[in-house]
Amino acid sequence: MTTRSRYPLVLVGLALVLLAAAVAGLALGSVRIPTGQVLAIVTGRAEPSPYRTIVLEVRAPRVVLGAVTGAGLAVIGTVLQALVRNPLADPFLLGVSSGASAGAVAVIVLGIGAGVATTVALPAAAFAGALAALVLVYALARRAGSMTGGRLVLAGVAVSYVLSALTSLILVTSASAEHAQEVLHWTLGGLGGARWDMLALPAVALVLGTLVLIALARPLDLLLVGEEGAGVLGLDTGRFRAGVFVLASLLTGVLVAYTGAIGFVGLMVPHAARLVVGAAHRTLLPVVALGGAAFLVLADLAARTVAAPQDIPVGVLTALTGGPFFLWMLRGRGTRAEGGPA
Amino acid sequence: MTTLRTESLSYTTPQGRALLHDITLGAADGETVGLVGPNGSGKTTLLRCVYAALRPTAGRVLLDGADLHALPVKARARRIATVPQDADAGSIELSVHEIVAMGRSPHHRFWEADTTADHALVREALARVGIADLAGRPFPSLSGGERQRALVARALVQQPDVVVLDEPTNHLDIRYQLEVLSLVRELGTVNLLALHDLNLAAYYCDRICVLAGGRVVASGPPADVLTADLLAEVYGVNAEVSVHPVTGAPTVVYLPPSGTRVPPAPGLPTS
Repeated sequence: MTTRSRYPLVLVGLALVLLAAAVAGLALGSVRIPTGQVLAIVTGRAEPSPYRTIVLEVRAPRVVLGAVTGAGLAVIGTVLQALVRNPLADPFLLGVSSGASAGAVAVIVLGIGAGVATTVALPAAAFAGALAALVLVYALARRAGSMTGGRLVLAGVAVSYVLSALTSLILVTSASAEHAQEVLHWTLGGLGGARWDMLALPAVALVLGTLVLIALARPLDLLLVGEEGAGVLGLDTGRFRAGVFVLASLLTGVLVAYTGAIGFVGLMVPHAARLVVGAAHRTLLPVVALGGAAFLVLADLAARTVAAPQDIPVGVLTALTGGPFFLWMLRGRGTRAEGGPA
Repeated sequence: MTTLRTESLSYTTPQGRALLHDITLGAADGETVGLVGPNGSGKTTLLRCVYAALRPTAGRVLLDGADLHALPVKARARRIATVPQDADAGSIELSVHEIVAMGRSPHHRFWEADTTADHALVREALARVGIADLAGRPFPSLSGGERQRALVARALVQQPDVVVLDEPTNHLDIRYQLEVLSLVRELGTVNLLALHDLNLAAYYCDRICVLAGGRVVASGPPADVLTADLLAEVYGVNAEVSVHPVTGAPTVVYLPPSGTRVPPAPGLPTS
């Protein structure tokens, strides 16, 4: 099979793209640092200098957060698409990211758990918000056991709007003016706040979550043939779906708690990856993770260079590219997106 | 030795529509039982109860005497395979090989990958249904008949004791209708299948069960069940049933409403 023989090439190619994107992400920005110097700094061969601080303390955590978030959102998108059996699913479009943002913002503004507790309270609240949004959208979209693409997207967009508005409302009405400026960050997402000390949890969650999902490749594949089809092939769909809902919400919560709701990564990357390596999850998920990481690192690089020194939230750029992509998918796959049992 | 039996099975939808009433039928090893009946007579509903997609609202489905619905999902899938009626592909593309390999799922823990032996089984099954050359193709790109055969291959690799088929010949050319049904008969499994074509049912089934309005109205060997009177009563058609000299099976020829001949096409010159 041609797809199988070129699979390692795809993985290596994507890893190289990610590496190149990371180096570019460290070198470019308001101050341009020569690539040779970046490599010297990263490999620990450089003397302390302002460049070294910029690369290691400012840009590196941002690149890592971008890679982790991009990989995570793309993996979540892939899994949501299998869970709801619809290629139009994405954590942002289904309101999951907005739910996570609302949860995170509520914790920040209400000041639940200052200091150390924030590192737990923030992602926990984001997780709760994500799960609540996902369950709500799923319940709204599903009527009499069937779910159409149109209903799903409408329910997702509606819930997403309400939760984004809620986030804005909480921020704008809070006493601090500084909070009001954060509206953009939480509703559109950005990587500007990246610091080394916030990376451990998202990185660990990403690695563990992705490994678990790759291990679940077989039941995820079974979901593609529909509830009844998966049942006669031995999958307890109700239990499995509930478990993966929780896992996807957990991962979304942990990522969105630091970056806000970055959209469309989970829509575009899985779609492109399927065209290259097919839809079977065991081979698809690693490609999606690498592709998502490279995509968001590059998107963030563009976000902070195209209008430098202005730092555009990366979510603005992903929405600018993702929106038209979504419309194209809606148009091209409209009839097929309804799906039936196989 | 496998026996499948429905015991006073009834099904009423949550909305209160009674679709099946008190259905009792049974089948044992190597036996092929055909369900026939007009549209809406409950064939698909009965099959869905048997493969446990629906839970009967009364009565039971017994597999070797044990309640089928009490079995864990996976254990049930090792024993019953299904060939669904609507071979729609869904919206996300998997290859034919991948779709057929799903039949191995109930034999594995969920995190285990398919083995070389599994892949060999898949290739063998694809060859058996005559679509070995399509293994690498995206499933949705197949024609209706090719999909149907791929789903029969999936049931084969599942290595079940019971195969439930809902209109397995729906999208198939005559040649493949005969091939698929012959294949099903050769499996040695208990086969329960819904069929529209009464002549195919008569030839390939050991017993025929006629459903009308969610009830069994006749059941038995094809020669006993398929009579002109029954066809008139259940389907509302005139038919002549004779024993075919070659197959030895009852053969149904449908007749136009009594006394009429097929009218000439309007608008054509008569001379």
